[in-house]
Amino acid sequence: MAMQGARSRLSSVLSRRLLASHHPAAASPVASRRSISSESDEEKTITATLFPGDGIGPEIAVSVKQIFEAVKAPIEWDEHYVGTKVDPRTGSFLTWESMESVRRNGIGLKGPMTTPIGKGFKSLNLTLRKELGLYANVRPCLSIPGYKTRYDNVDLVTIRENTEGEYSGLEHQVVRGVVESIKIITRQASLRVARYAFHYAQLHGRKRVSAIHKANIMKKTDGLFLECCREVAAEYPDIVYEEVIIDNCCMMLVKNPALFDVLVMPNLYGDIVSDLCAGLIGGLGLTPSGNIGDNGLALMEAVHGTAPDIAGKNMANPTALLLSSVMMLHHLKLSDHADRIHNAVLTTISEGKYLTSDLGGKSTTSDYTKALIDHL
Amino acid sequence: MAATGGRRGVKAMGEMLMRTQQRRTVTYMPRPGDGAPRAVTLLPGDGIGPLVTGAAVQVMKAMHAPVYFEEYEVSGKMDKVPLEVMDSIRRNKVCLKGGLATPVGGGVSSLNVQLRKELDLFASLVHCFNLPGLKTRHDNVNIVVIRENTEGEYSGLEHEVVPGVVESLKVITKFCSERIAKYAFEYAYLNNRKTVTAVHKANIMKLADGLFLESCREVAKNYPGIKYNEVIVDNCCMQLVSKPQQFDVMVTPNLYGTLVANTAAGIAGGTGVMPGGNVGADHAIFEQGASAGNVGNERLVAGKTANPTALLLSSAMMLRHLQFPSFADRLEQAVMSVIAEGTYRTKDLGGTSSTQDVVDAVIDKLN
Repeated sequence: MAMQGARSRLSSVLSRRLLASHHPAAASPVASRRSISSESDEEKTITATLFPGDGIGPEIAVSVKQIFEAVKAPIEWDEHYVGTKVDPRTGSFLTWESMESVRRNGIGLKGPMTTPIGKGFKSLNLTLRKELGLYANVRPCLSIPGYKTRYDNVDLVTIRENTEGEYSGLEHQVVRGVVESIKIITRQASLRVARYAFHYAQLHGRKRVSAIHKANIMKKTDGLFLECCREVAAEYPDIVYEEVIIDNCCMMLVKNPALFDVLVMPNLYGDIVSDLCAGLIGGLGLTPSGNIGDNGLALMEAVHGTAPDIAGKNMANPTALLLSSVMMLHHLKLSDHADRIHNAVLTTISEGKYLTSDLGGKSTTSDYTKALIDHL
Repeated sequence: MAATGGRRGVKAMGEMLMRTQQRRTVTYMPRPGDGAPRAVTLLPGDGIGPLVTGAAVQVMKAMHAPVYFEEYEVSGKMDKVPLEVMDSIRRNKVCLKGGLATPVGGGVSSLNVQLRKELDLFASLVHCFNLPGLKTRHDNVNIVVIRENTEGEYSGLEHEVVPGVVESLKVITKFCSERIAKYAFEYAYLNNRKTVTAVHKANIMKLADGLFLESCREVAKNYPGIKYNEVIVDNCCMQLVSKPQQFDVMVTPNLYGTLVANTAAGIAGGTGVMPGGNVGADHAIFEQGASAGNVGNERLVAGKTANPTALLLSSAMMLRHLQFPSFADRLEQAVMSVIAEGTYRTKDLGGTSSTQDVVDAVIDKLN
């Protein structure tokens, strides 16, 4: 209760502050989006929505804010918290104002959130996905030098279609004891995610895109997905395009992840493969993630849990959220700031002096953050 | 120097392993006539298939195993398994097969799937374990993946709703879920395994995977001595690559099974060494585990360098299935000691040997 009280007080203070400093460009989504993409006015302050989230979320968000201040990133945060009651306009605990904020800013960063248990409202992630039209999930998986896992040469990006496929939610009982679940693949959604994958590959200087599928069994659905990928691949002659069957892909990934570069896949395979890849580099605590939505909107997020057992104890590892914020800076073409933060994270972890307990160290969140700032 | 020392250590370990196994005496009283040779249908298949099944045939011949093969040419390019082949398998009840290529897209349905459906081979079993002496990224992996093989995402029911929108049906039935759960628990019980883990995505597919879980839970009640737990498929794959030792027997619906089996096989040394098979109430097909459609590449075929280990270990499984346990043991021991020694290994295991080199080495080790 105290926590919630504090939360609403904080957000009201923040929104007041924000209203005061509102610059006119941010009022129109188109205008603000344009100012993001043009490189001439790079130093102009950009407003980004921040969802600190639940559990350890607020602590790791503080760490991100401190580091952004230290690198003088031209970002102003518009903080939003999960509400305490269901907003009828979104059918969820996330308010319409929060959604409007992301839509207006076109960019956001999100900590972990828990959907309260109960009925009559949508899950928080579903709300975000539907309201913001988040159609692709991007996860760069990069081995962190110095942090030993069983795999040390991982450098790949998984791009997952996020709106349809096996997650259509269409299921029914045909007769007692027989259930059908429908997987939907559309041309529109497949083309959209394929376009993003190739666009991403080109933008980040990646050489190869692999489409992951099971079209030997699901000939029509996964066949359509492949067809769309091939069409888009034809527009990018410089990027090598290949198709890999999902089971073989899993086997190759665990034997030699260096075989892959960018992977694009339908929803379920993406879910599985992206988690598998996170496992290769040391778990969700080190994996950044980004969601791409309509009109180039992007919401970066830490995909790990809220870890309620260590919340408020200054023990949480902010790396996933930090690396997600690095993705955000890259998305905003603030690559200098992004690289500085990224390198600081890599150096701090590979030095191994200030590690949080999940990585086998004894440092607190604030010590780790301080060490990071020293390495900037 | 260190490397040779290590190899010698491994060799010593391998020999020790063999000695202890040789000393083992098993009281086994066959029924009269149990030594009569049994007919086995042999489908060499595509790509590396003929190479690896050829290896099995050679080794069986060298050890005078009481089996003879009825060989049929079948290729994944055919649109149907020929009738005489089905008749042969129905008659013999046991089949050894190489991979059958599955064309991607197009109208031809997978022959591997056809065989499973027509013969009602509802369970696919892949044993993923570390072979002594073969260094991999993870140690102490010993996982058996038991996968429902007849329904789920492999129903083959797909249609275009309107242009650009395609639907595929995943069908889960109580009947099939129950019988695969029963098979998994029975396997665990007969093989002294401690845990059965059901793999699912019931948080999203609440009805379909929910029904699968419900069936597993019901069967689990009949086996109080075996621990039962559940894991979501994405988390399962993440756990597999970080801590595979926590898994024992896994039971899965169709699609997740192939992913989990391939991941587990990759962790323990690759699909070139993992044995497996498909089994139903009346018939069984033994093949390279976790890769029914994997026929290798042209380089492997041209150079004759495919790894026969998986199919040889599957043949040992087959011999045990045919109730020739001592033949199975001898074959398995010979294969294991060749791997443990490490002199003859194919490229996928970091060696330079050809398929035939490995076969000769295995025959040499037969005792």
